[in-house]
Amino acid sequence: MAEITSLAAAVASLIHDGDFLAMEGFTHLIPFAAGHEVIRQRRRDLTLVRMTPDIIYDQMIGAGCARKLIFSWGGNPGVGSLYRLRDAVEKGWPQPLEIQEHGHGDLSNAYVAGASNLPFAVIRAYAGSDLPRFNDRIRFIECPFTGERLAAVPSVRPDVAVIHAQKADRNGNVLCWGILGVQKEAVLASKRAIVTVEEIVDDLNAPPNACVLPHWVLSAVCCVPGGSHPSYAHGYYDRDNRFYQAWETISRDRDAFQLWLKRHILDTENFEEFKRVLHEGIEERVS
Amino acid sequence: MTAAHDFTAAEMMTIAAARLLADGDVCFVGIGLPSAAANLARLTHAPRIVLIYESGPIGAKPDVLPLSIGDGSLAETADTVVSTSEIFRYWLQGGHVTVGFLGAAQIDRFANINTTVIGDYRRPATRLPGAGGAPEIANCAGKVILVMNQTSRSFVEKVDFITSVGHLDGGDARKRLGLTGGGPVAVVTDLCLLEPDRVTRELTVTSLHPGITRQKVEASTGWKLRFAPQVAETAPPKSFELETLRQLQRRTALAHGRAPAA
Repeated sequence: MAEITSLAAAVASLIHDGDFLAMEGFTHLIPFAAGHEVIRQRRRDLTLVRMTPDIIYDQMIGAGCARKLIFSWGGNPGVGSLYRLRDAVEKGWPQPLEIQEHGHGDLSNAYVAGASNLPFAVIRAYAGSDLPRFNDRIRFIECPFTGERLAAVPSVRPDVAVIHAQKADRNGNVLCWGILGVQKEAVLASKRAIVTVEEIVDDLNAPPNACVLPHWVLSAVCCVPGGSHPSYAHGYYDRDNRFYQAWETISRDRDAFQLWLKRHILDTENFEEFKRVLHEGIEERVS
Repeated sequence: MTAAHDFTAAEMMTIAAARLLADGDVCFVGIGLPSAAANLARLTHAPRIVLIYESGPIGAKPDVLPLSIGDGSLAETADTVVSTSEIFRYWLQGGHVTVGFLGAAQIDRFANINTTVIGDYRRPATRLPGAGGAPEIANCAGKVILVMNQTSRSFVEKVDFITSVGHLDGGDARKRLGLTGGGPVAVVTDLCLLEPDRVTRELTVTSLHPGITRQKVEASTGWKLRFAPQVAETAPPKSFELETLRQLQRRTALAHGRAPAA
């Protein structure tokens, strides 16, 4: 049953050190504010799963929150590398990061299997690929009916899922639209779920077949306007492509990254204050 | 239609790649160079092409090139948007995609693709972004077309890591592996067009872009490159193709707040 609460309270009570955590949203609706709060509350030893780690996990990995990463594409979309992820994998900074990598079709359907209470997903992939040689979580099975050789991957069943969405109503039912990636699947595959939303309204006015997550599959709903910046919320604000480009410079260097992290996340109280500091930084550069 | 004379190697590559897409193709589009070429095809000779992006949009018709694979413009202009798991499960694996259009960091003589790592997997010299949707596209799309710059570092005898399978070790390898899609049929670079030999499946130069010599292509390839008995010259960009591409890139640069690519 969803409790409508503050993000700080939700993270404090629902995300613990050592948890298996999924923060989903495919380029769109990435729950950045929640990622910052995990960093602020100094969670450690997390196993992170996300199809595209994006800047959100680059920040969390650089801040030392993660022990392991499960992913399927680890770049800065449209820009280049995720340098904090690379530094952890290539140099073990700030700590070694175990990685387990998949393809998008594989990982997205591993969430479906998790949400379906199945132990594994079956897909057509990886014959001839080197990925199964380095990831023993990709194996092959024979179809009991046709004898075909198919790839199998274990289902993803996180302790906690976190997503961002456009709207919730006052009972905590959530509506999201646009590019949805595997947000619904991640929520239904997880033991607990936190949703941050742009606004809380009296009535969702959702048409039939809309993506509505009922309050009784959610643990907490938190109103955090702008909470997916620099990602975007369809119908509310656009992707901040300039931030994605700026991240290249911020994240490339350990010292620059640590200064940014301290000023914007560790030394801010919450996402409102983060936005204020970020805006001040932009004004300094412009003036 | 008149031919243009003043064009860059990058423009020739994008235009040559766009020409390989047919009107009515259902194209699973990778981000970057493939996305530029697929949208150019849509804006020129293939208005009915269906563009599918792995984030969920089906039938996307973006006015500017998306910076990321999940830009809002893709959702706004799509015929429908589905979940990422559904894109792969029903639309790709279900057999609806006629052509997968991909880029790569490294490729070998049998068009196997590496987007994972340069060097040893466990002690990488360079960690690349990884697979994305390419392993499944390489498996299931009706055919695969690759678009990438050609250098002796990116065109190597043997890739450091096979992320997504091409023709593996050649011949009937795909059939032996039980892959449902046809695999790579063309690689378009800034220098030339390569196609797999009909029997050995080794990549063979079939067309040189205007002004490019065999020596230049050989020097930009990390294996002893084969040329088809009859090597064609790629038709230079038509004025209409070049102007459409440049307008698309100007709109894109304006929208993303970047200077147009050189």
